[in-house]
Amino acid sequence: MYIDPREYEYHSEYERMIKAYPPEQRYLLAIMQDIQKEFHYLPRLALKIISQHIGVPFSKVYAIASFYKAFSLVPKGRVVFRVCDGTACHIKNSETLIDQLHKQLGIGPGETSADGEYSLETVNCLGACALAPVMVVNGKVYGKVGPSSIEKIIKEYGGCCHGQAGK
Amino acid sequence: MDKQVNNEIMKQKIMVCCGTGCTANGGRDVYKAFLEQLSSISNIEVLPMVKQTGCNGWCEKGPLVKIMPEDITYCGVKVADVGEIIDKTLLQKQVIKRLLYRDPATKKHITSHHQTNFYRKQHKIALRNIGEIDPGNIQDYIDRGGYQALQKAFSSLTPQQLIDEIISSGLRGRGGGGFPTGRKWQACKDAQGSPKYIICNGDEGDPGAFMDRSIMEGDPHTVIEGMILCAYAVGASHGFVYVRDEYDLAVAYLKKAIQDARIHGYLGKGILGSNLNFDIEIVRGGGAFVCGEETALMASIEGRPGEPYDKYVFPTEKGLWGQPTIINNVESWANIPVIILKGAQEFKKIGTAGSSGTKVFSLVGKVVNTGLVEVPMGTSLREIIYEIGGGVLRNRSFKAVQTGGPSGGCIPASLLDLKVDFDTLTQAGSMMGSGGMIVMDDHTCMVEVARYYLNFLAGESCGKCTPCREGIRALLEILTRICDGEGQMKDLDLLEEISSTMQEASLCALGRTAANPVLSTIRYFRDEYLAHIKEQRCPAGVCRKLTTFYIEPEKCNGCGLCTRNCPANAIVGEKKQFHVIDNESCIRCGECYRQCRFDAVQVM
Repeated sequence: MYIDPREYEYHSEYERMIKAYPPEQRYLLAIMQDIQKEFHYLPRLALKIISQHIGVPFSKVYAIASFYKAFSLVPKGRVVFRVCDGTACHIKNSETLIDQLHKQLGIGPGETSADGEYSLETVNCLGACALAPVMVVNGKVYGKVGPSSIEKIIKEYGGCCHGQAGK
Repeated sequence: MDKQVNNEIMKQKIMVCCGTGCTANGGRDVYKAFLEQLSSISNIEVLPMVKQTGCNGWCEKGPLVKIMPEDITYCGVKVADVGEIIDKTLLQKQVIKRLLYRDPATKKHITSHHQTNFYRKQHKIALRNIGEIDPGNIQDYIDRGGYQALQKAFSSLTPQQLIDEIISSGLRGRGGGGFPTGRKWQACKDAQGSPKYIICNGDEGDPGAFMDRSIMEGDPHTVIEGMILCAYAVGASHGFVYVRDEYDLAVAYLKKAIQDARIHGYLGKGILGSNLNFDIEIVRGGGAFVCGEETALMASIEGRPGEPYDKYVFPTEKGLWGQPTIINNVESWANIPVIILKGAQEFKKIGTAGSSGTKVFSLVGKVVNTGLVEVPMGTSLREIIYEIGGGVLRNRSFKAVQTGGPSGGCIPASLLDLKVDFDTLTQAGSMMGSGGMIVMDDHTCMVEVARYYLNFLAGESCGKCTPCREGIRALLEILTRICDGEGQMKDLDLLEEISSTMQEASLCALGRTAANPVLSTIRYFRDEYLAHIKEQRCPAGVCRKLTTFYIEPEKCNGCGLCTRNCPANAIVGEKKQFHVIDNESCIRCGECYRQCRFDAVQVM
C-alpha cells in the first residue's frame, strides 16, 4: 500500500491522537473525526495505525472512512468553500452559486484545485435557512449570497487567477 | 436559597440570541460587545446579567436581543447599536424605536416579541426554555422547573406508572415515524436482557430542518432529563446521544450539560439517592443521512458503516450490541419531562385525538418569517404559513409546502386548510417527518424539486439493498431527462412503477419513502410535468434548458436592479430606459426574474 512519505512527519501525532482511545471498534468514528478535524483529511498512515490499534483489518477501516461524508481521503485546500444546498437554499438559487464558484475557481463540487489552494464542497443543510442561500468559507458564514457577489468573496481569500476569474 | 434565586431573577437581564441564525448574523459579537462595554461602565447601579441563549426561532430578524424584566425585543442588532442600547434602554429606560419589530400589516412598532403574531400563535412545550435560558447554565434550567419531573418520578411514581403516564399521554415519536413512545418503552421494559440502552437520535439530516439542533443547543438539559426518566422506567444503565458532527455548538453544550448533571447528582451512580445508575455518552455522527434510521444509527454507534438492517426483531428487544434499546428523537425527549411534571391529562388536552401535544416545525423557504415554530397538532397549514409565517415572500402566490424532508411530499394550495398531524399529512401523500416545512412560490419548479430530492437521496442511499440504490438512480435519471426537456409521456408511468417497487421492497424507511417527492408532485402538479414533457417548457423558469427570459418593455422602468445582480453581465440598457437580456450570454440563472420588483422579467 502506497503511503505518501510526507505523512510520516506526523507519525507520532497520529499515534498520540489514536491511542487516546481504548482499542474498541466503537471508537473508530470518534478517532477518525479527531484526525479529520486536525488534518482536514484522513491520511493513509493514520488509517493504518488505527487498524493496528483497534485490531480490525485495514479494509474495514477504509470502509468506514469512505462511507461517511464527514471524512475526506484527500487533503483539502487552504480555502474551503462550502455552499449549502439544503432545500431552502436550493429554491433560493444555490445552484447558481455553485456554478459561479465552479466557473471562477475552475473546480467542481468535491474537488480541490491542483495547487492545493481551493476546495469546493456542497453541504446538505447548515441549518441557517433564514439566511438562504448560505455559504461558509473557512468557517465564516455568508448569508443571502447573490451570484454576483461570488467574485468579491473569492477575492477576499486572495483568489482571482483560477479558471476564468483571471481572464 | 430561594430568596437569592428570586433576586437573581429580578435583576435586569440582557439576553442575546446566539442560535445558529443569529450567530451567522453576528450575534456572538453583539454578546461580546455587551460584556465589554458593560464592564467599563461605572454609573450603573446593578450590572445587568448578559446571557447568550439558544435559538429564539425568529431567525429572520436576528440577531435578537431581549431585555428583561422590561420585556423589550430588539431585532437585527449590530455591534454598533450596543452602546446606544446600554445608554438609552438600560440607563435611561427608553425604548429605541428603530430596533423594534415593525408589523408589516399595521406598520406599528412592537415592543415585545411575545406580542408578535409569530410568537403569539405558538404553544411552546419542547421549546419552552429556548431563548429564555443560558444553555450552558444548569441553574437556569432548574429555575424554570428543570429536574422537577425527575424528583416527582422518584418520589411518587413506580417505573410502570411512569410508562403508563407516557402511554396515556398519547405521545408519538417526533422523529418522523410517529410510533407511540409509551408502547416502545413498555416493550423495552418487558424485554429480557441486561444492560439496556437508551439513545437520543440527534442525527438531524433533513435539509431545511433544524429543530433538533435548536433544542440541543438551546436546552440540552431537557433532553438529558427525558433520558434519565426513561432509564428509570425501563431500567437502563447507559445512554447515548448521537449528534450530527456538523453541530459543533450542540456537542459543546451537551458535553457541558452532561458534566453539570453529574456534578448535581442527576447522572452517575445512585441518582438523587435512589438505586438508579445511569450515565450518558455523546457520539458524533459521520454525516450520513441514512444514520437517522435507527438500525443504521446503532450500527454507527458500534463503529461500523451506517447500514440499516431488517427489523424482524425490534430494537426494543435486540438493539445496540444485541441488547434491548430505546431510541427516541430529540424533540420527543424534550416533551417527556413536561408530560411527567404536568401529567398526561394536561398534555392530551393539546393537539388532536390521534396526535396529542405540539410539533415544532422549521418554517423556511419563500416565507416572510423564517424560523422555528411550535404549534399544537391540528393547526392548519394556512395558520402556520400565513398567520405565524406572515405569508409568502414579496406577496407572491403560494404554490406548495414541502413537509417531511426527502421522505415527504409537496402539499398544494388546495390543501392549505389541512389540519396538520401525523395522519392527515400521510393521507395527503406527505409525512410529518422531523418537521421541516419548506414554502414554495410560483418561482419554484415542482419537477425540479422532485429531482433535487432524488439527487439528494442518490448521494445518501447506503447502497445495501437494490430497490433503493437502483430505484433512486433510475428515478433521478428520468427526472433529469424531464427537466432537460427530453422526457416522454411514458416516463410518468415508469416513475410510478419504479416508485411502487421501491415502496414495497426497500429494506428501510429511506428507500420505502424515497419516491414520495416524485409521487406527491405527480399527484398535485401533473400539469407541470406535462408542460415539461409536451411543451418543453418550465412554467416556473427554473429548468435552464427549457427557459428563456425576456423583459417586457412596458413594465421595465430601467431601475437597473437586474443589471447589478446579473452574474453574466447579460443585461444591457440605459438608466431609466427599458433593459434587454442578451440571450447569447444569459446563463438562465433566473436571478433577474427573482429580483425584479415590477414583474418585468418574464419566462418565454
